Amino acid sequence: MSGTLVEVRGLVTRFGPKTIHDGLDLDVREGEVLAVIGGSGTGKSVLLRLMLGLMRPAWGSVRVFGADPAVDRRATQGRIGVLFQDGALFSSLTVAENVQVPLKEGFDLSPDLLDELAALKLALVGLPPDAGAKLPSELSGGMRKRAGLARALALDPELVFLDEPTAGLDPIGASAFDRLIRGLQQSLGLAVVMITHDVDSILGIADRVAAIVDRRIVAGTADELRQHPHPWLKDYFGGPRGRDAATAHGAVHARGEAPAARARIWG
Amino acid sequence: MPFPFAIRDETDARLLLAEGDWRLDRAPALDAALSGFVAGHDAAKGDVRLCLAGIEALDTAGAWLVLRTRRRLERAGIEVDVEGVRPEHRALFGAIERVWPEPLADAGRPHPLLRLLDAVGGAALKGAGGLLDLLAFLGSVVKTALRLLAHPKRLRPAAFVHHLEETGVKALPIVGLLSFLIGVVLAYQSSSQLKQFGAEVFTIDLLGISVFRELGVLLTAIIVAGRSGSAFTAQIGAMQVGEEVDAMRVIGLDPLEVLVLPRVLALVVALPLLGFFAGVMALTGGAVVATLSLGIPMAQFLRQLQGAVGLGVFLAGLVKAPVFAFLIALVGCRNGLNVEGSAESVGRLTTSAVVVSIFLVIVADALFSILFQAFGL
Repeated sequence: MSGTLVEVRGLVTRFGPKTIHDGLDLDVREGEVLAVIGGSGTGKSVLLRLMLGLMRPAWGSVRVFGADPAVDRRATQGRIGVLFQDGALFSSLTVAENVQVPLKEGFDLSPDLLDELAALKLALVGLPPDAGAKLPSELSGGMRKRAGLARALALDPELVFLDEPTAGLDPIGASAFDRLIRGLQQSLGLAVVMITHDVDSILGIADRVAAIVDRRIVAGTADELRQHPHPWLKDYFGGPRGRDAATAHGAVHARGEAPAARARIWG
Repeated sequence: MPFPFAIRDETDARLLLAEGDWRLDRAPALDAALSGFVAGHDAAKGDVRLCLAGIEALDTAGAWLVLRTRRRLERAGIEVDVEGVRPEHRALFGAIERVWPEPLADAGRPHPLLRLLDAVGGAALKGAGGLLDLLAFLGSVVKTALRLLAHPKRLRPAAFVHHLEETGVKALPIVGLLSFLIGVVLAYQSSSQLKQFGAEVFTIDLLGISVFRELGVLLTAIIVAGRSGSAFTAQIGAMQVGEEVDAMRVIGLDPLEVLVLPRVLALVVALPLLGFFAGVMALTGGAVVATLSLGIPMAQFLRQLQGAVGLGVFLAGLVKAPVFAFLIALVGCRNGLNVEGSAESVGRLTTSAVVVSIFLVIVADALFSILFQAFGL
């Protein structure tokens, strides 16, 4: 359980004169949930696109399953799944057909088995059985995300990328989605990389956290990063939302805070 | 690779020994073999033991096939024992059993004849509904227009002028070029026929009357339907998808007043002008052919034209243009406001806007012909 699925080394990304990543390193290990955090414009989504092979780095290397995803798509085909921010479901297909798209590609499955597998994936992500026949435009945002996740899981990938999975969901829906990801990750043995702003998700389900600060990655467990001296991380975990989330998740080490602030939470 | 399972008959039960990879890429073979096994087994042959210890790699498809086989056998009244599940596969089996999916809806498909009847009826109802919908929209547009007549200050001159430029001025090159070419074609074709009677000079009459009475405006309307009618649907539809129209309503702006009326008015003004321009360009094309190829001098061309095309002919053509424009703009805007949900619906309704507005334009043209005939115009 210690294999490395994704290896990013010395990554440099530039848009015109602006440098987004400068010598960034990142590992994704087998079977872990890794949360990628960072302020707006720090290149989280760009990092995701690089790992998916949708972009090429200006400098440095990205290896997914040992291959460069931008060059060798076959090495990663069927082994990675992606949930884009709003699901990115094909709008002209029903939800069940969306899930069947990867299954139909390259596997000669009977129509019955296709339907059964689609129903199974939809049930695994917690969608009701009648959702399969609906068009994506008829679903709510949360259901679209679940349907997108079902499609991402269609081929039983080893690695799943989630782009802001809980953005746009209400807190109850968001924690249900967190639990769903955790449950699927454990039962299917997935590695999950999720880009998120949601402190609750990070404290709730992430094994490790990779923060993009100063154009590089600072990685560690949530507890380690909470004690990190970098000002952005201090603000992130020490801000009102971070503290509330920490309280809710039963973390007792509220460090690096002014006593007045602490008094406000506890009293 | 060995076959994924073996069957061994024992005294009290049949043993199904699974081995190797039970994964999606082998699912078609497994599906067929397992279905065959279930179909060939009955209670008389004894209970079944599924021994899964030999499965090396398992994914959801494989696990589903195992559980489905067990379910099918149990439903046939056969006792099934599952044994030897590897610890690393337990979570997956558990996850599937917990959510056990119901089959996807729409399992029963109706008789093809019924489906045909249903489709025909549905299409008829949809057509009638569309017409009613269009009439209702027409009513609300007229109502809004009348209200604006009472408060002319609420007219939006900037939007009106903008759409006049978009639908009128910017359409000049394409309308001009196509009309010029149509004029050339008409002149050539009609002169080659009329030459047989020595009546080449009447080419000009034919050209002038057909262009001003019918072709100029009709062609322009069709081009404008494809160019501006579709643009109206796409613009308003994109705003509808982005919830801009809803935002407008909440702020207290009437989309009919802000979006629809300026477009309708602009097109009603632009199309007659474009139609006239198209007529002139078609005549220019005809004149070029007449001068260069038929040897009719320009002065004679103009004299003949003046005799052929009276004010009545000219007006009979031009009076249709605002009606066509109104139909095109109405359908374009209505379809735009009917967009819901996805970008896909924008595409569908844009196509339909072009088809429906061209259809309505030609129907209206036919009605005008009948009307003019009845009045002896």
